[in-house]
Amino acid sequence: MTAWTDHLLMAPIVVPMLAGAAMILIGDRRRNLIGLIGLVSTVTLVLLAGLLLAMADEPVVRIYRLGNWPTLFGIVLVLDRLSALMLALAAVLGFAAFIFSLGRWHRAGVFFHPLFQFQLMGLNGAFLTGDLFNLFVFFEVMLAASYGMALHGSGVARVRAGLHYITVNLVASLLFLIGVSVVYGIAGTLNMADLAFRMRDIVAEDRGLLETGLAIMGIAFLVKAAMWPLGFWLPPTYAAATTPAAAILSILSKVGIYAVLRVWLLLFGGETGPSAGFGSHWLVVGGLLTIAFGSIAVLATQNLPRLAGASVLISSGTLLAAIGAGQVAVTGGALFYMASSVLAIGAFFLLIELVERGREVGADVLAVTRAAFGSGEDEEELEEQEIVGVVIPGTLAILGFAFMACALLLAGLPPLSGFLAKFAILSAVLGPTGAGLRITAWALMAALILSGFATVIAMVRSGIDVFWTNPARRPPRIGVVEILPIAFLLLLCIALTVGAGPAMDYMQAAARDLHAPTAYLRGVFAGRPDAVP
Amino acid sequence: MELIASLAIGVLAGSGVWLLLRARTFQVIVGLALLSYAVNLFIFSTGGLRSGAAAILRAGESGSLADYADPLPQALVLTAIVIGFATTALLLVVLLAARGLTGSDHVDGRERDR
Repeated sequence: MTAWTDHLLMAPIVVPMLAGAAMILIGDRRRNLIGLIGLVSTVTLVLLAGLLLAMADEPVVRIYRLGNWPTLFGIVLVLDRLSALMLALAAVLGFAAFIFSLGRWHRAGVFFHPLFQFQLMGLNGAFLTGDLFNLFVFFEVMLAASYGMALHGSGVARVRAGLHYITVNLVASLLFLIGVSVVYGIAGTLNMADLAFRMRDIVAEDRGLLETGLAIMGIAFLVKAAMWPLGFWLPPTYAAATTPAAAILSILSKVGIYAVLRVWLLLFGGETGPSAGFGSHWLVVGGLLTIAFGSIAVLATQNLPRLAGASVLISSGTLLAAIGAGQVAVTGGALFYMASSVLAIGAFFLLIELVERGREVGADVLAVTRAAFGSGEDEEELEEQEIVGVVIPGTLAILGFAFMACALLLAGLPPLSGFLAKFAILSAVLGPTGAGLRITAWALMAALILSGFATVIAMVRSGIDVFWTNPARRPPRIGVVEILPIAFLLLLCIALTVGAGPAMDYMQAAARDLHAPTAYLRGVFAGRPDAVP
Repeated sequence: MELIASLAIGVLAGSGVWLLLRARTFQVIVGLALLSYAVNLFIFSTGGLRSGAAAILRAGESGSLADYADPLPQALVLTAIVIGFATTALLLVVLLAARGLTGSDHVDGRERDR
């Protein structure tokens, strides 16, 4: 039954692993060769992701058994719609960040490219794996690489933020391990599908302990997803990281969301016995608080990288609250939102560096201070020179358009995909089928709209500040390889807007599979080992 | 044996958490190390604490957890030890870098203003 296409499931892990290993062997000196290998690897990943996305869009869930061991004894990789979607997002973002890094950032320190490949390998592995312990292992691969990426380029700010980042994540990993071992001790399995089966038959006195174990594991996921109050590490780390590193780090928080989606909906969503719906209030409340915290952070921040970090918080909060609502249509909308916001935030992180380039250090802070306390200096200067209109240079105009697109996407304003995503979530929450607590629905709606409003204010303020009142003296020198990835990501968002119909169908199908995981369970257990040819 | 093991885990975890919350980077890293010992012992103990039970089947005998130790937690704990060791080593390097760059061993890179 193993067609050759089934082996493709392994490829998203193997390709970056081989590429990264080859890069280390070749050594850091031969930049061109290494860059070429990286290019081949990332392009291959994008193509593979497209192929897997097409393969996943069918009722059958595919699995790949490593070493052809029976499902419950060996390691399985599982490809369903959700994992294919996440693979695609990681591949696209990885490609864009890789191309961007070729501009200059990959020379800022040693071993950028191998770390980048291992980062992609960890991400892909986490999205594909079908058991909890391998989820932990791939989390660690991904995190170990991300520690290197966050510190890439060195410098006081990065090391200081990196120290916090690493410590917080090590503690989260320990919590993950405690959770995993409690689950194994009670249920006797780590395979997620098998665990979902056994959830129903756990005796009442063990159930509390199992739920505790899963909750401890959930805390580890939520630290990654940066739910308030577990997410204070995020904005400083992302703001301090080098640009391509920050772009790829921005999908790391979505891995936490992915893990919550996968594990929580499999074990506690729908008809899973007495434990169904365990912890959903925590997700909703935590998500809403994260949105609130993110909105305040967006308004309070005075520089662009922190603004981007705060938008990551808002996006995480929105997703958590929407998942916690526990309805199929809302989850579908949330998946669409995730695709849109991953692309938009990635593009925004890349864009920030170009915008900031050529501006004096600390210009943002000065500008906000001027706005708040008013310093007459600038106005007088302007009057003296009697400038009627300032011609905006072409480069800045392009950057301005990209900035505007990012603002629309992040705030969720029409006509781009951010609006469609928020609309999908809200219409599902408030729709006639949207049962459940009305107060949750209204709170979610208020949070979504207010956070969008806060984002608009913050983006408009910094946009005016960067492009109009306080433009760089000389337009920044920007290479084609640096503007292309941004254009690529934004074009994908536009494609997501234009092709919203099919995309939304896909997301809704993915959400249905998540809420009623019969296809997932059947797919995983269908696998008896193949006869050795 | 259960009592000793759980006391050991508890003491290690308790001291680990206490050290982790301290302000000096070295204390934090020692706290993390202690905490990871506690977690490793905990993983090991989820398979049931037995002495003298092998994890590998002898030829000709059917495997049963009554006669054998559960091999899976042992495999898990090996992986966890390796990963924990590597990441702690990495943190140690970052600690040294932070000490060198900021000139302070405070976790925030500067002393708190008094």
